[in-house]
Amino acid sequence: MAIAGLAAVPQQSHRPHGWRRWLFATNHKDIGSLYLWFAFCMFLVGGVLALCIRAELFRPGLQFFQPELFNQLTTLHGLIMVFGAIMPAFTGLANWMLPLMIGAPDMAFARMNNWSFWLLPPAMALLLLSFVVPGGAAAAGWTLYAPLSVQLGMGMDLTIFAIHILGVSSIMGAINIVVTIINLRAPGMGMMKMPMFAWASLITAYLIIAVMPVLAGAVTMVLTDRHFGTHFFNAAGGGDPILYQHVFWFFGHPEVYIMALPAFGIVSQVIPTFARKPLFGYTSMVYATSSIGVLSFMVWAHHMFVTGMPATAQLFFMYATMLIAVPTGVKVFNWIATMWEGSMSFETPMLFAIGFILLFTIGGLSGVTLSVAAVDVQLHGSYYVVAHFHYVLVAGALFSLFSAVYYWFPKMTGRMYVERLGQLHFWWSLLWFNVTFFPMHFLGLAGMPRRIPDYALQFTQFNQIASVGAFMFGLGQLIFLVNILYSLRHGKTAAQQPWEGGNTLEWRLPTPAPYHSFSEAPQLDVAENGVVVAMQGGKHG
Amino acid sequence: MALLDEHGQAHYFVPAPSHWPVLGAVALFCLGLGAAFAVNGMLLGWWVLALGGLILLRMLFGWFGDVIGESVGGRYHGQEALSFRWGMGWFIFSEVMLFGAFFAALFWVRQVALPTLGSLDYKLLYPDFSASWPLQTAPAAGPAYQAMEAWGLPALNTLILLSSAVSLTWAHWGLLLGRRAQLKLGLLITIVLGLGFLCLQAIEYHHAWTAQQLTLSAGGYGMTFYMLTGLHGLHVLLGSAILLVVWLRVLRGHFDQQHHFAFEAAAWYWHFVDVVWLLLFVFVYCL
Repeated sequence: MAIAGLAAVPQQSHRPHGWRRWLFATNHKDIGSLYLWFAFCMFLVGGVLALCIRAELFRPGLQFFQPELFNQLTTLHGLIMVFGAIMPAFTGLANWMLPLMIGAPDMAFARMNNWSFWLLPPAMALLLLSFVVPGGAAAAGWTLYAPLSVQLGMGMDLTIFAIHILGVSSIMGAINIVVTIINLRAPGMGMMKMPMFAWASLITAYLIIAVMPVLAGAVTMVLTDRHFGTHFFNAAGGGDPILYQHVFWFFGHPEVYIMALPAFGIVSQVIPTFARKPLFGYTSMVYATSSIGVLSFMVWAHHMFVTGMPATAQLFFMYATMLIAVPTGVKVFNWIATMWEGSMSFETPMLFAIGFILLFTIGGLSGVTLSVAAVDVQLHGSYYVVAHFHYVLVAGALFSLFSAVYYWFPKMTGRMYVERLGQLHFWWSLLWFNVTFFPMHFLGLAGMPRRIPDYALQFTQFNQIASVGAFMFGLGQLIFLVNILYSLRHGKTAAQQPWEGGNTLEWRLPTPAPYHSFSEAPQLDVAENGVVVAMQGGKHG
Repeated sequence: MALLDEHGQAHYFVPAPSHWPVLGAVALFCLGLGAAFAVNGMLLGWWVLALGGLILLRMLFGWFGDVIGESVGGRYHGQEALSFRWGMGWFIFSEVMLFGAFFAALFWVRQVALPTLGSLDYKLLYPDFSASWPLQTAPAAGPAYQAMEAWGLPALNTLILLSSAVSLTWAHWGLLLGRRAQLKLGLLITIVLGLGFLCLQAIEYHHAWTAQQLTLSAGGYGMTFYMLTGLHGLHVLLGSAILLVVWLRVLRGHFDQQHHFAFEAAAWYWHFVDVVWLLLFVFVYCL
């Protein structure tokens, strides 16, 4: 398999070949490529599940799936996209790019890095296997709320253990990222100078270490409730189903930022490059990212406004949630200010980054709408919520990932992607994304509940529009796959600095990046956001 | 700040390709699959579980063996040592958060669920339930049980763990001052105290389960008691295993005043487990 373009890489010392190279990998670039390819495969699997959902919802009534199976589809779509696609993709990018951007020889714990990756396929195998066990896959929604999750068949047990394994994987991956950034920066690459992508990865990794164990605790309690006689989530035994929601969302809300902060980091690298201007307000970006990291622990119960919590708690969580709009607004302002009077060009990475800003802001604003407790009582559990989080996760996280892959593809592979296909991919995705998800706002406002395979007749037209959009959006992702596969072999040879405005450390390396980079650290003179002013030394290979 | 020295950044140790991680992934797959089958009463599950456990043990022996070999072979210098320390610190932080989830469950059950279940609204459902802590029955009246008494075995166990922290620190001084005999003895005492703690906890559990009818299903009290102390007990077991490995390495002459990360990591872990126990003693047994 041609993984991230290896044809053109010059031969380096002790580099294994064949399957051993991937199975026994300790090289951050190899492991990064594994992560990225795995994430893309899972993106396709999760996407097919989404298309099944949209096919069923094309018409009212039951067409293809019984409600039980439909619930399994929505559950597995969510779990696979969150844990199998988006998180691994960001970890893969961090693996690939962080050492290049901060001048490290590799990740701090190279062997553990490989374990982090290779735990993903078994975990996803357990998840997918659950479709064929008696009772089918978990069908409680990706949130796995009790009491449903306590009552389901053994697919739920497979899901619980899959989540345990995913937790181990992402905690180790996150520790690796944190330690690499803290301890392996090249001389001159100060904390308040390193690229925003490194800052975003650092805060994200910290969030992962803090909340994945909490999720592990939550699903462990579900497990003991199911099989060992405890009643954590059963009032008859002295427990409380609401407890599950609190523990889950204490994980779940920071998890939202785990999928958003790296996107902010990517956009903060891409926009300055194509605006040919330094990032506006770097220091405020760092503080905004950090404060989002802190605030994300204080807002979880806004997912639970309809559980009957006291009004004081509702008010606290409502205002705390609104507060997050402030640092997020700082970021959006800074990106726009970076572009202001910039000498902009609109290659594919820039298009996806601008699309990100536009659509993520829409998703952010619908988030502020939902944060108002009184409004949320109406919209909770409706398609408005589905529209909101797909604006921040698809147009947010996913668009930023596309931006990043196009942006760093030349450095990774030594070849250029096909620009026209990239442009087509962007405009196609932008159009059909909105066709798919914008009508869901209206559906939600009109009262259509989420996670239900059937609906009242008056919702038909918007659902049909959304379903057509979804299939077209899905089709468009094949453009991306074709572009990548073609360019790996036949793309034009890329220059060392394919983007005129790219002046962070990775662009100082030869193209494609040598198999071992910075085995001896360079001496750097760095300006804000990792812009390299001068560099001395730094051996490769 | 990136810490640099003449051995540091220039030669940061990047290990050669290794088959241990993939083996570890196979092990966890077997453990997950086997556990899912086993809890659903399938005999096959136990075999898969056992297989996974064996593979995991093999992996741990091999992987740690490699790391110890590299350490003894002088492959690690200042920067690697700092990476290890940061890594261990963040790992312990993740453990703190894991315990946090279960402590949160305890506090929620006591402070929120219990008063609600005892309130007038619930009299229709559970007319005989009285909201006192520790509970004497579950709301849907199971068999009555007795709560744990703090000042018997648990107090002794607190004393044992606190003493083990002292003996471990004494061993640490021995290491830093180059007194190997003190190091060996201190570690041995710590391990024996740790295992003693576990034995007493086993006795305590047995008594609670049989004589006091306190089971996992015994309402909010029983489940939080077993889950919190059980999770802690597992950590004492793991901590003892780590200390045992460190002790065996000391017997082989590993570690000196400068290079003893494994000892420090084990000590940090042990103190962490100690602090968790103090919280448990206060919130589970005393209050």
